[in-house]
Amino acid sequence: MNMMTITAPGGDQPRVFLVDEEHHAEGGSTMLGFWIYLMSDCLIFAVLFAVYGVIGGNYAAGPSPKDLFDLPLVAVNTAMLLLSSITFGFAMLAMESKRIRLTQIWLVVTALFGAAFVVIELGEFAHLIHEGAGPRRSAFLSSFFTLVGTHGLHVTFGLIWMLTLMAQLARHGLIPANRRRMMCLSLFWHFLDVIWIGVFTFVYLMGFLR
Amino acid sequence: MSVDAHADHGDHGHGDGDDGSHGSLGSYLIGFGLSVILTAIPFWLVMDGVLASKRAAALIIMALAAVQIVVHMIFFLHMSPRSENGWTLMALLFTLVLVGITLSGSLWVMYHLNANMMLDPGMSQMP
Repeated sequence: MNMMTITAPGGDQPRVFLVDEEHHAEGGSTMLGFWIYLMSDCLIFAVLFAVYGVIGGNYAAGPSPKDLFDLPLVAVNTAMLLLSSITFGFAMLAMESKRIRLTQIWLVVTALFGAAFVVIELGEFAHLIHEGAGPRRSAFLSSFFTLVGTHGLHVTFGLIWMLTLMAQLARHGLIPANRRRMMCLSLFWHFLDVIWIGVFTFVYLMGFLR
Repeated sequence: MSVDAHADHGDHGHGDGDDGSHGSLGSYLIGFGLSVILTAIPFWLVMDGVLASKRAAALIIMALAAVQIVVHMIFFLHMSPRSENGWTLMALLFTLVLVGITLSGSLWVMYHLNANMMLDPGMSQMP
């Protein structure tokens, strides 16, 4: 950061300006940038929730949420995602204390819970489609598959990210770049859990109350 | 703006992407415990049909979801007014405004559209 002293043309008083030349450490603004990405992702989900809210009641004489949803399964799924959130927290804590082996172990556990979530969700989708309640059946089912499917896709990409990060950690260790990536993935993963709160409340539980 | 304040800003925001807001084991466990409770109650309410009034049940589970989202924001996403000099909170608030407009606007407009464009049952029978 430099100080520049310039004598203004008219005045006799020298004016002092701060010339902002801070050299940004690499990745210094990554966390804020990633957070803003998450907020834009949040808008995608808001729109999908709005679509579901508007046309989620149009069954086209087809099955309604009460006929289709299996709440115990949804509860198990929710538990998987919640457990994966806390285990990712443990991975972050292990990273803080610079224990790479423990970090990797917690990441594996997190990935397993995440994979269980995706598998259960795919099983649910397959079951619905098999019963003739696929996305083409009614507006309700189209919006349901779009909303829940988009969330599932995010979780899937989170898993791919987690696997690549595990490879990076194994190769390079806890270097600053990897720590930054871990913090981004942590935000992403916890953010998906927040979205899931909306999904199980508005889609599954409210659908059951309708 | 004083030089001191500016230097402080430089330190805080650009410290290797590592601003020390990670929470501790305790905060993660508190967050987890709260979210388990806040998840279990709505599932219990709906699955066991505890409340006779569906409207009351819907309001309660929505309130619990809102509380749980705040819990996750604080204990898992480590939101605080101080992180990144308040910019994360600003971005969040701005997004919440947009989300609120999108959701309430869509539901409101489309509800009225449905109510006002409802076909008269007799009309579809006309030649």
